[in-house]
Amino acid sequence: MEYGITTAAYVVAAVLFILSLGGLSGQESAKRAVWYGIAAMALAVVATLFGPGAGNWLLSLVMLAIGGAIGWFVAKRVQMTEMPQLVAAMHSLVGLAAVLIGFNAQFELSRMLRARAADAAAEFHGFAAVLAHKTPAELAMLKVEVALGIFIGAVTFTGSIVAFGKLAGKIDGKPKKLPGGHMLNAGAAALSALALVLYCTVGAPVLWLLLITACALFIGYHLIMGIGGADMPVVVSMLNSYSGWAAAAIGFTLGNDLLIVVGALVGSSGAILSYIMCKAMNRNFVSVILGGFGGETGPAMEIEGEQIAIDAEGVAAALNEADEVIIVPGYGMAVAQAQQSVSELTRKLRAAGKNVRFAIHPVAGRLPGHMNVLLAEAKVPYDIVLEMDEINEDFPNTDVVIVIGSNDIVNPAAQEDPNSPIAGMPVLEVWKGKQVFVSKRGQGTGYSGIENPLFYKDNTRMFYGDAKKSIDALLPMID
Amino acid sequence: MKIGALKENYEGEARVAVTPASAAHLKKLGHEVYVETGAGVRAGFSDAAYEAAGITVEPTSAALVNDVDVVVKVRPPSEAEIKQMRHGQTLISHFYPSQNADLLEVAREQGITAIAMDMVPRISRAQKMDALSSMANIAGYRAVIEAANNFGRFFTGQVTAAGKVPPAKVLVVGAGVAGLAAIGAATSLGAQVYAFDVRPEVAEQIESMGAEFVYLDFAEAQTDGATTGGYAAPSSPEFREKQLEKFRELAPQMDIVITTALIPGRDAPKLWTADMVAAMKNGSVIVDLAAERGGNCELTVPDERFVTENGVVIIGYTDFPSRMGAQASELYGNNIRHMLADLTPGKDGKLVQNMEDDVIRGSTVAHDGDVTWPPPPPKVAAIAAQKPREKAKELTPEEKRANELAAFKAQTRSQYTLLGIGAVLMLLVGSFAPVSFLSHFIVFVLACFVGFQVIWNVSHSLHTPLMAITNAISSIIIVGALLQIGSGSWLIVLLGALSVLMAGINIFGGFMVTRRMLAMFQKS
Repeated sequence: MEYGITTAAYVVAAVLFILSLGGLSGQESAKRAVWYGIAAMALAVVATLFGPGAGNWLLSLVMLAIGGAIGWFVAKRVQMTEMPQLVAAMHSLVGLAAVLIGFNAQFELSRMLRARAADAAAEFHGFAAVLAHKTPAELAMLKVEVALGIFIGAVTFTGSIVAFGKLAGKIDGKPKKLPGGHMLNAGAAALSALALVLYCTVGAPVLWLLLITACALFIGYHLIMGIGGADMPVVVSMLNSYSGWAAAAIGFTLGNDLLIVVGALVGSSGAILSYIMCKAMNRNFVSVILGGFGGETGPAMEIEGEQIAIDAEGVAAALNEADEVIIVPGYGMAVAQAQQSVSELTRKLRAAGKNVRFAIHPVAGRLPGHMNVLLAEAKVPYDIVLEMDEINEDFPNTDVVIVIGSNDIVNPAAQEDPNSPIAGMPVLEVWKGKQVFVSKRGQGTGYSGIENPLFYKDNTRMFYGDAKKSIDALLPMID
Repeated sequence: MKIGALKENYEGEARVAVTPASAAHLKKLGHEVYVETGAGVRAGFSDAAYEAAGITVEPTSAALVNDVDVVVKVRPPSEAEIKQMRHGQTLISHFYPSQNADLLEVAREQGITAIAMDMVPRISRAQKMDALSSMANIAGYRAVIEAANNFGRFFTGQVTAAGKVPPAKVLVVGAGVAGLAAIGAATSLGAQVYAFDVRPEVAEQIESMGAEFVYLDFAEAQTDGATTGGYAAPSSPEFREKQLEKFRELAPQMDIVITTALIPGRDAPKLWTADMVAAMKNGSVIVDLAAERGGNCELTVPDERFVTENGVVIIGYTDFPSRMGAQASELYGNNIRHMLADLTPGKDGKLVQNMEDDVIRGSTVAHDGDVTWPPPPPKVAAIAAQKPREKAKELTPEEKRANELAAFKAQTRSQYTLLGIGAVLMLLVGSFAPVSFLSHFIVFVLACFVGFQVIWNVSHSLHTPLMAITNAISSIIIVGALLQIGSGSWLIVLLGALSVLMAGINIFGGFMVTRRMLAMFQKS
């Protein structure tokens, strides 16, 4: 097929990708948007296969089929609560693919140069032909691009694997750093910059590339290890962004505009998501990435009062009397797999004519929008699931607020205690409700390890126990 | 420690300081509990019930005082009762030290530690032992019940086949704990409740209980309730005049008036004058909760039910909590046991008189041969000082426009700066990079720009699907792999094939989970 038609197909694919992302602005249009994305991807693959520079069709299709089957199988099997891990794991694949493709570009370049040295008029096929047309200046640029693509790809790879481990609970969620901390990262970055210079100037290119890769792999690992579990939503969207930038860098290397466009789309999407997350936590992006909470500025405010426990009968009685109920789910609901029970509770309360709504904090859960997906899975209608800004003003008129497995996002210290590590973070003002029930496993602190004065408030009652069991105990008592 | 509850000698007093339930908690603190025979009979706790709870019943008060280390009771002790006690013993009861200076002197001479339940400071931590509040709560409730009992009509409005009944109108004067309890009880009986208080900051509490706050049009810098420990401050004569004028206006409409205005240690202010009583309808009821301190109503006769010439019933009982002996004993018993819990920090049955503790210091009136009343001001402010209500200032249209203009200008400035920096960077790139790179670079920058514009519109609840779909889309890297896989070198083919495999997993997996997720979003 002609080069021109391939390019035209790429343009269409790029437009479809943009439509696909844009379609996510609403629940209904989103369903159409996925099809745009699928069509665009199919178009891009087909156009590339038929376009100039491609070969080995059979191998390509076989590998695609195998990969597709694995992907299909995993996607079918995965539980909705495991979504964060899955997304992180898939990012690592993109990162690794970027590294491999970067190396390939270097191998091809060396091969082409060797062949040309042997025979100045040698004919080249495929990617080598593109390389053969490049001027020395362009080749230098190409090397920078290759190194950049490999670097970002490698950081994404190990970073995503660590993030996967943390989200899946296979690695301890606490921030950990090797002695030396950020100096190690800075050192590794400097070393890879040095290797980049050597790669472009001195011989033995593959060796330098391997050094860059090793440094990047270490940075990805060490950077994400140093970030606490509570900041994982930011990390996952940041890795998402990286995988996009890696694709864009590879696009530059290969001179492929579609790769550049889509890589840039994904990259900016991840960057914006990270920004939104950070804003929701009132944290600086840099401080999240560098790990740990900022230094405390003073002693935390002393909390007066005691945590008062309550049993299921008490909660049920309050629910039966209430007219306005708001449920605030958090990561604890996902851990306990309580979304079905919560949905059933919602159904019963709504059947009794009560106004039940859900308040979702932007960083509830371990992924942006995590709670929405879980509630949707349990068939909670999305029009009663509201975000923080929509519902925060309604708490004072609410009879009963049920907090299920969230902690920091309902911590009044963010507003009341200027010395709190989360001071200034926007939080759901649940304590303004007439009665607050907190379903919680025990008396421990949240992921960030901050004491929560909400639990000591006069209108708060602690409903201890596993979230699913607690809610299930409530169900028969609701009429 | 051995703790013993005396039987109350006061005429008509039904309460008791220890109940079988509170004794169980005291035992957990490591104490032994004693009670004088017959102490709980009028509250509904027989000696047998106490014994069943593992409490020793003593035959006489003398025997009890002799056997125990801590004496607890409800009413202030009599001189004789203190005289029975020995040096080092602790007495916990109401004491009213400001009115019982002589008694305080006796306690000092006797060398006992006297803890006054009425002196517990009003701070959050001490609420659980604040007997004044728990008793006032009962008094407020009982006041409504007494009023209803003496009122020949319904409280709630009804439309029946036999005719229409208007709801009773209730005025509650003074919205302290008792007043709020009265409001709650009266509204739940269905009455239309109005409430007045000199502290404007309680308007919110009054409204939250379902009553209407009676506003007084009077511009005076009100003393903040926070500076007086949550109690009202005495008001100026002008304010009082204005207040009485309002009451005069309300008097003919009201069926029930419940007055609770009392500042500890002062005589009750006269708020409901004889002419207001005269203006009320026949059959109306006034319940005066301040009767013990002279009454808020001029015609109140303490401890009596009095009917005026125009048929208004004025109830001046002073023993409302005692009229609900079982309930009052239960709550007072809990107050006492919380106090003892604070006095036994180790839960080992050892009393620690920690005079550094605000609550213990504040309520101890005699200790170690000294009178320790009045206490120094507590270290923790009772109530957070009322912040002046921040009123969102209404902006004039000009100011609004000026603000918008300033914001717009700031935005323009920041955009210009960013564009300037961007242009310089572009020039730098343009002057060094090869031409072929630049054409790709334009595409890259435009794509970033489009991405930023598009992603901002993505709805918050769809962020997880967005991540899944961008993840699927990022496997566009497969295009790169496909371009290389046709190369001649086996190594390149191998790496390319691996890349295709991984990208393939991502494409199918990513789109698949996105579809699964989106299919779940349903509208109700």
